[in-house]
Amino acid sequence: MIKKFLYSQKVAPYVFVLPFIIIFVVFWVYPLANSFEMSFQKVTLGQEADWVGVDNYTKLMGDSIFLKSVYNSAIYMILTLIVLIPFPMLFAVLINNKFMWGRGFFKSTFFFPALTSVVVAGTIFRLMFGEMEGSMINNILGFFGVEPMKFLKGQVTGYIALLSLATWRWTGVNMLYFLSGLKNIPDEYYEAASIDGASAFQKFTRITMPLLKPTTIYVLTISIYAGLSMFIESMMLWNGNNSPKNIGLTIVGYLYRQGIEKNNLGYAAAVGIVLLVITMVINLTQLSFSGMFKKED
Amino acid sequence: MKKKWFIGLIVISMVLVLAGCGNSGNNASGETSVLEGGAGEDATALSYWTFVELHGQHFEKMLTKWNEANPDRQIKLNVSVMPYDDMHNKLSIAVQTGVGAPDIADIELGKFPDFLSGTPQLEPLNDVIDPYRDTVVQSRIDLYSKDGNNYGIPTHVGASVAFYNTEILEAAGVNYEDIVTWEDFKKAGIQVYEKTGKYMGTADTSATWQSSMMLAQQGADFTDEAGNPIINSPELIKGLTILKDLQDNNVISTIAGGQPDTEEAYGEFNAGNYATAFMPLWEMSRYTNYMADLSGKIAIAPIPVIEKGMPSSVGGGGTGTVVTKTAKDVQLAKDYLAFAKLSLDANIEIWNTLGFDPVNMDVWNMKDVTHNPENQFVKYFVNNPFDVLNTIKDQIQLVKSTSASPTINNVLCTITLNEIFEDGKDITEALNDAQAQIEQELK
Repeated sequence: MIKKFLYSQKVAPYVFVLPFIIIFVVFWVYPLANSFEMSFQKVTLGQEADWVGVDNYTKLMGDSIFLKSVYNSAIYMILTLIVLIPFPMLFAVLINNKFMWGRGFFKSTFFFPALTSVVVAGTIFRLMFGEMEGSMINNILGFFGVEPMKFLKGQVTGYIALLSLATWRWTGVNMLYFLSGLKNIPDEYYEAASIDGASAFQKFTRITMPLLKPTTIYVLTISIYAGLSMFIESMMLWNGNNSPKNIGLTIVGYLYRQGIEKNNLGYAAAVGIVLLVITMVINLTQLSFSGMFKKED
Repeated sequence: MKKKWFIGLIVISMVLVLAGCGNSGNNASGETSVLEGGAGEDATALSYWTFVELHGQHFEKMLTKWNEANPDRQIKLNVSVMPYDDMHNKLSIAVQTGVGAPDIADIELGKFPDFLSGTPQLEPLNDVIDPYRDTVVQSRIDLYSKDGNNYGIPTHVGASVAFYNTEILEAAGVNYEDIVTWEDFKKAGIQVYEKTGKYMGTADTSATWQSSMMLAQQGADFTDEAGNPIINSPELIKGLTILKDLQDNNVISTIAGGQPDTEEAYGEFNAGNYATAFMPLWEMSRYTNYMADLSGKIAIAPIPVIEKGMPSSVGGGGTGTVVTKTAKDVQLAKDYLAFAKLSLDANIEIWNTLGFDPVNMDVWNMKDVTHNPENQFVKYFVNNPFDVLNTIKDQIQLVKSTSASPTINNVLCTITLNEIFEDGKDITEALNDAQAQIEQELK
């Protein structure tokens, strides 16, 4: 009987996906439902939670610091998309070229920062972008006769530091995604194009880019998510969750501030739900525009 | 063959990276050490979390004394030192969930109100404080109290004073002893800047020490009687206007790190770029620990006042040590804590080890303790700190710590002070915005 059950073609697939379903329910569905419930409550230390209806959400909409954090996260996401999709794609194409020398070296060099802990990298970038004359970047600027700058105290300069950190860290990872995408493009296409007299640029725009589309959409999707949920980079760069004028405060940073630092867990849950909604809306729109939900022919 | 080499290289680099991660992980979660203090086998092991490494040293001294005096109630202490934010956040989660909290913990004044919200998950300490009530400064105990229950035991008074770098002042021909009012300070500062190109002091953007001093001199506070925020008060506007005027005249300037008690600022002071720090007395330990180059050059004096006759000092900062509800042996932890922080012996050791101004003010007059020539703080500073402390003894004001304080602190230190001193925003406007923001957050 048991053997029959285990060998059944109907049951087997469910047995195989069961571990995923269990993990999904325990670590995703349950916490999500719990946060959703908590976002309608006021949760205080050592006391029963009180139901407060939509108070947390109405407060959130009038909270200028929350709006600032949404703005910061959105800008960061857009900037990372602008930098971290075209450049890794370009580097991947270059490295994939048969005539490129030292391919293995470049691959590992670009990938190495991803292995470095964000904590370490963030601390090093903080020191590099320090406001003292002796800090590395100010030292370099001084060489060109530029006055020392307070990088981490200004909105634009702060973002330069933050984006440098993100670029340094993630270029290699995205490049690897594109490289694996490039491996799937048959050489025959390029040979045929060469015979037809296509230039390198034409090959790139007419063959490489269209055939890389699934990879690009994947990288875009995870980059949107990663951009909006960025937290540790900012926390390490500003040595804590409190940057001057909140220039580095992200949505997750605000969630952390409210939930962990201020013990306002109900309010923090509402922040989390809003983040989920924003991410889902952007990603679903993007995916449906790029035709990912269309049935394949 | 080539491949083997490559694999070898990868393995080595992976091991190095992992080893690196391991180390950083340890640092992030703090360092733990076990203090035996001469305890026997049957000693109860208590855990203690702190964010100040030095506090562990003090507890170690007191532990040996406790174990000698109480052979049947001996203690071993597991001390975990963690970074400030980390420790408070972990502690907050631990007491909230009732799992994993230490028996004893340090909570900084600025974070304390968060732990008092709702029903505090901390043990009231009234019974063990009672025997010492007459000998210590009551207001420092009140800081860590709610509804008549005392939840934290203070470490120091934290009287604010001025630390002057006499080398810079002498080079500019300024005598710090002549500085009484902010007007005197401004004149001296202009002279210092003209003669040496250095700034007289700092304009703090990431801490409210200076704002508190300005309010205390005028008998004002960040909150009213009921504990509601009053950030746009005429007193704070006046105080910040004085500081802004000093900044406009190159007397004070913003400092890397945002305030004197940061790593970057220690470097700036060490390099002799700023002549003055206005800080609570515990800044002394930062001088001896992190600014050794300045030994023999720093003089302590009362903070300048707006008008002669105003009180010059305010109690700044502070740490309340607490016993959590989940402590293994609550009574033992409480008794040891009172012994280690409130007894006369403890107060003497607090000065000897930590260089703090003890809450038992009798110690302030014990010449053999305060003027001990072997004491590292006595050796380091130009004049004796207690000579200054005793002159301002009756002028130490109190800035209240209420449930609104963490929010007030956060808004001032991240937004408002930066807007005023970095961007030059109009003071009244900046403070009005701060008031609105704080009210919105506290809704």
